[in-house]
Amino acid sequence: MAVEIEQPSVRLSRVAVSETHGEDSPYFAGWKAYDENPYDELSNPSGVIQMGLAENQVSFDLLEEYLEQHSEVASWGKKVSGFRENALFQDYHGLLSFRKAMASFMGEVREGRASFDPDRIVLTAGATAANELLTFILANPGDALLVPTPYYPGFDRDLRWRTGVKIVPIHCDSSNNFQVTAEALEAAYRSAEAMSVKVSAVLITNPSNPLGITIDRPVLDEILNFVGRKNIHLVSDEIYSGSVFSSGEFVSVAEVLQSRDFKDAERVHIVYSLSKDLGLPGFRVGTIYSYNDAVVNTARRMSSFTLISSQTQQLLAAMLSDDEFTKNYVRTNRERLRKRYEKIILGLRNGGIECLKGNAGLFCWMNLKPLLENATRESELKLWKSILNEAKLNISPGSSCHCSEPGWFRVCFANMSEKTLEVALKRIHNLMENTKISLHNVISF
Amino acid sequence: MKLLSRKATCNSHGQDSSYFLGWQEYEKNPYDVVQNPSGIIQMGLAENQLSFDLLESWLANNPDPAIFKRDGQSIFRELALFQDYHGLPAFKNALVEFMAEIRGNRVSFDPKKLVLTAGATSANETLMFCLAEPGEAFLLPTPYYPGFDRDLKWRTGVEIVPIHCSSTNSFRVTESALEEAYEAAKKRNLKVKGVLVTNPSNPLGTTLSLDELNLLVSFISLKNIHLISDEIYSGTVFSSPEFVSVMEILNKKKYSADVELWNRVHIVYSLSKDLGLPGFRVGAIYSNDEMVVSAATKMSSFGLVSSQTQYLLSAMLSDKKFTRNYISENQKRLKQRQEKLISGFRSAGISCLESNAGLFCWVDMRHLLSSNTFDAEMELWKKIVYDVGLNISPGSSCHCSEPGWFRVCFANMSAETLTLAIQRIKDFAELTVASSSRRSHQSMKNSRRRSLTKWVFRLSFDGREPDERIQLQIISY
Repeated sequence: MAVEIEQPSVRLSRVAVSETHGEDSPYFAGWKAYDENPYDELSNPSGVIQMGLAENQVSFDLLEEYLEQHSEVASWGKKVSGFRENALFQDYHGLLSFRKAMASFMGEVREGRASFDPDRIVLTAGATAANELLTFILANPGDALLVPTPYYPGFDRDLRWRTGVKIVPIHCDSSNNFQVTAEALEAAYRSAEAMSVKVSAVLITNPSNPLGITIDRPVLDEILNFVGRKNIHLVSDEIYSGSVFSSGEFVSVAEVLQSRDFKDAERVHIVYSLSKDLGLPGFRVGTIYSYNDAVVNTARRMSSFTLISSQTQQLLAAMLSDDEFTKNYVRTNRERLRKRYEKIILGLRNGGIECLKGNAGLFCWMNLKPLLENATRESELKLWKSILNEAKLNISPGSSCHCSEPGWFRVCFANMSEKTLEVALKRIHNLMENTKISLHNVISF
Repeated sequence: MKLLSRKATCNSHGQDSSYFLGWQEYEKNPYDVVQNPSGIIQMGLAENQLSFDLLESWLANNPDPAIFKRDGQSIFRELALFQDYHGLPAFKNALVEFMAEIRGNRVSFDPKKLVLTAGATSANETLMFCLAEPGEAFLLPTPYYPGFDRDLKWRTGVEIVPIHCSSTNSFRVTESALEEAYEAAKKRNLKVKGVLVTNPSNPLGTTLSLDELNLLVSFISLKNIHLISDEIYSGTVFSSPEFVSVMEILNKKKYSADVELWNRVHIVYSLSKDLGLPGFRVGAIYSNDEMVVSAATKMSSFGLVSSQTQYLLSAMLSDKKFTRNYISENQKRLKQRQEKLISGFRSAGISCLESNAGLFCWVDMRHLLSSNTFDAEMELWKKIVYDVGLNISPGSSCHCSEPGWFRVCFANMSAETLTLAIQRIKDFAELTVASSSRRSHQSMKNSRRRSLTKWVFRLSFDGREPDERIQLQIISY
């Protein structure tokens, strides 16, 4: 039924009509281009290769193998009451066996350097929900979260849209590999003050999206000291903690707190998810881990709006309780991601492109500053468009991640086959060749 | 002190209400036919446990969907990666067809207008975010589902203004009640954005009549506001009158061309009650307004349905033979149970509101009250929880304006347990009637009041959070 609406006569809410969901940004325009012309090795070899999607597809075989060998975990077993009990289970405490398995898996990902109490785990339908929920709990409408730039574009929606909370950037740049500094923290806090905005928390992503690097321990200490001085909260989004390429390189805020005997820990909250490390974004599995009892209790009640399907909890409880499986998975996944990373770095370097030295994540942070006409956002977007239209690669421009330094791009490497990655690298080489030629001929593209 | 937000520290989540005492007591002393035959029987939980065997046998005959197989091939990878907030097309198609089937195919639904959410809890909250500003109001007929206080108000800042319904006309919504509620909102300086009804009603167990539906549609048309029809019990209608969805009213000639009106009517659905799958978190918003669908779809990012679950249920609900049989068999069994409860209570001298749907009855215990007050209702409720051993829901927790009514669930237990519950209430009713005619009536009341006072005193000064004593906490009632 065709509907002609000029102006809705009964207004929808401001939230409903606002653009804070952020979906009109260029980040999403690239998605569209991909959807309209997706690369396929056989049927569409000249299509757009999706390099803007931080998915982990390198370790599915391990999961599939597990399911083949343990198909009963997905079928409620032989117990007659198994299905019934599971279908009825809607307790917002979450399945105890699943919380225990998550706690143990989180500890394993941190190689035993931190341990987690299952009773402090609150389950949510994905980290998207966890971040929004924490924002509702820690901040009032009009308050602000300080977030280091560049940051995941989705935060603009997740942290601000329905909550009415602001994001004030903590500016980071390449002069020190984009690490957060004490000065940057103070500057961000002051700029919030100047706007008469109350700061409720600092939110960091560690390992960082889009940088693909873990936060150095001294920086974590600095951040913890800062939030302590200002009497605000710290949210550490650690959803890429299982995607660190080498053992021993990731320091979780949990470890730092442990070394401080959990002094002042009630201001710290960790977000985790199985979407990246396990490659299961469709299953909607996120968690909030808080050292603050009031936050745990409130978050639990609020999770009513975003519970994880009990069917999914049951399956993953079994899988993640299998120590042999998890140990092997964490180790193998890490190795494969490292190999992919090395492949793309080498390939880019051969094409004359350097990246930030990364050690984690499903992407690398590529430096195309030399190719910019001007050191401006407009030039960056122009370059991004030409990469999309000419090389048919969808990568994410740094401006969509609020990077204050134009010319950086996030390039994902784990959401495709090795062959496709090779094709993408070849296209980049061609683009660079053409660029050299055209620069030589003083023709700008 | 590291401050939390106002939302975190307020009481709008509603979980400090006396209602939860019943839960706590049940958790401390749950009935079990073998292990604890004198324990408290849970009759405050609106779950449908009558038709699991039908689901289990379908699963036994169709093992592939649960293990991520389609036509013998594994689609695990595809499902694991599928996080598109537009939802799995096969599931949405199956779901809208199921919704149509429940309505006797008198209406049809477009899957493009359906938004999937993690349960109706999420759907209702999302609609509030889409349709109202903080401080604006929705009108709700009383009595209503206690969870609405949290779902509609807590994080949204939206207000609920009650449309008072009374037993004088079987709690039907009237024009004057609607107008009164609208005026009451005005007096409180609240802008009314819409009306939200639950049809079939929780806790009444009745379907809205044609008169009521027509009244509601013309009211929202006149006032230029929204109507949300929460139809999560639509599959539980077991006797006449037949279920009439608000969409059927809109189909009528009078309204069929009124595009703006169509855009203001929204339906909420879920598989938690009809299919008995509350754990799987499957809810939906259906709206004719493109902007609502668009905004709600984006918001569903905060509460998507697991792709594993979408796939399993798409297979199940696409099996028309199964759905046809399930719908009719489930209704038959619900009808049987309801009749058992009604006749059992009748033999105890207790009548129920005449009902044709739902997983509960709205029971009239006004004659057992010591006085026509809510205090007396609480007194009676505590007696029923402690002395009789039944956890039922007092009408005050549903914002009923008349004391003495209780919601009693019948589909979340075995037939034998229901028999026992009926026996207990019979014994209690006889005792109450007998004792009221004895001269020691007054002194018994005094001693009960004393022990009640002691009990209340103990609870309020226990010093522990009510929460700590609740082992299990569930979200829907």
